[in-house]
Amino acid sequence: MRNRNHRNPLAIGFLVLGAFFILFPMYMAIMVSLKNPQELGQSILGWPRRIFWSNFPQAMAATHYTHAFENSLFITAFAVILTILTNSMVAYAIARNMHRRFFKYLYYYFFAAMFVPFPIIMLPLVRQMSHIGLADRVGLIILYVVYGISFNVFVYVGYLRSVPMELEEAALVDGAGRWRIFWGIIFPLMGPMNATVGILAALWAWNDFLLPLVMLGNPNQFTLPLMQYALQGQYSTNYSEAFASYLMALLPMIIVYVVAQKWIINGVTQGSIK
Amino acid sequence: MFRMRLSWAYIWMTIPALGLFMYFHTWPTLHGLMYSFTNWNGFGPFQWIGFSNYAALFKDPQVIHSYLFTFQFAVVTVILVNVLSLIIALALNSKIVLPKTFKALYFMPYVLSTLVVSYIFNYLFSNVEPSVASALHLTNLAQNILGTNWAWVGIVIVACWQGVAFNTILYLAGLQTIPEEVYEASMIDGASPWTNFWKVTFPLIAPFFTINMVLAAKNYLQVFDQIVALTNGGPGTATQSVAFVIYTNGFGGGELAYQSANAAVFLIILILIALLQVRVLQGREVQL
Repeated sequence: MRNRNHRNPLAIGFLVLGAFFILFPMYMAIMVSLKNPQELGQSILGWPRRIFWSNFPQAMAATHYTHAFENSLFITAFAVILTILTNSMVAYAIARNMHRRFFKYLYYYFFAAMFVPFPIIMLPLVRQMSHIGLADRVGLIILYVVYGISFNVFVYVGYLRSVPMELEEAALVDGAGRWRIFWGIIFPLMGPMNATVGILAALWAWNDFLLPLVMLGNPNQFTLPLMQYALQGQYSTNYSEAFASYLMALLPMIIVYVVAQKWIINGVTQGSIK
Repeated sequence: MFRMRLSWAYIWMTIPALGLFMYFHTWPTLHGLMYSFTNWNGFGPFQWIGFSNYAALFKDPQVIHSYLFTFQFAVVTVILVNVLSLIIALALNSKIVLPKTFKALYFMPYVLSTLVVSYIFNYLFSNVEPSVASALHLTNLAQNILGTNWAWVGIVIVACWQGVAFNTILYLAGLQTIPEEVYEASMIDGASPWTNFWKVTFPLIAPFFTINMVLAAKNYLQVFDQIVALTNGGPGTATQSVAFVIYTNGFGGGELAYQSANAAVFLIILILIALLQVRVLQGREVQL
């Protein structure tokens, strides 16, 4: 019988074993990053005899960490803010006019685009973006915001269907325009969905590799993952420094996750179930 | 439902988005389809060559191999990820200690950069795995598997390590929608845990199974980051995925038109698989 006091030892044992598999690569990464090359040659997994913190500032300089971090932050922040502000608006207009042919087809158009894999877009896209001078960070932000519409409209419309029309109708009778109704009533009301969309956009923009890879030519604009890729060659000898840079590339997201873990898990779940 | 006159505000809310989406998404898609019927390599004049690129694709061993590898990888990974995450979700949903800590830990890999995670595993396969294997006298594994015929297994391991997180959370959300009474009723009827799972639990979380299968298939068929960081397509061309071939040959190999045809075939295959999955899987769902 399933009751409160009867714990399941099989499940706990299994989860502990799984936790070991999840943590092991992270443990190894930390151990490698704290050793000097000589000690690393003797033991990879053991606790370091002397901790070499200096790997971190060295890796920071070698990978232009602060610069790449700023690029990632700049792209992610603007992608998230603009995605929430614009995509919610598009979804609102569609959700409230689904009985009109134009808006219904627009909804299906955005939805269908989700099935188009990025590899088919990328070859012509790169030419197009460099042609109009947007093969850079700004262009990347535009693409995240525009490509996000497909999925986000789907998520927002699902939510808006459960929001009753009475509020808006009352405001309309009071003489408020559609814009005021959207920004004043609907947008704040969509708070939980805005969080979901924002979290998914942030994870995408921060961790994405393929889109920055094809779009960014100037190393000054490289994001954290792209910088790791570009500088792989120089690590063939100093693994400790490489791992220090891996950990620093992962650290911002780990910190955000530890702080906002409940929100992130809820956000991702909500986004997928709708 | 009463209808109001269409407000101009709605038009202004959608038209710019429609324009931008067409320009940045649909236009390059159509452009790619157009390239696929030419012999253009990115600059200079070109000719229309009909379906020649498509015909050549079906005779190109590199392309055929990339599809076989991608399907093999995707099928194995989708199955493994879904089985593992279903078991983990069942465990997380049972009476355990520290449920929140375990949940947070199991979801953590999802927020990490796939590329960086793959670099970490690359070192693990090349420097840790061989020495552990030889210490355990597993001579077959005493070398970097990424350099052997088993390289694809290494990519599966990394994809699972990271991919299980998302599916687990979705299954867990599904399991939590099942009220306790449903289990109690079937317990009273004398069902074993095994029957209980297949006859009660699984049909009720079937919609989550559908979402997980479709999303996982879509993700793993487009595998790219892991390949770049783990094997770079090697050894030889053994682990080149379709996306990897389109990227490498399309940008670096002067095969713009040819790889556009490859991408068009890829598009059609992905759509067919998604439609097939939705049809087959939704037939199995039940409502409570």
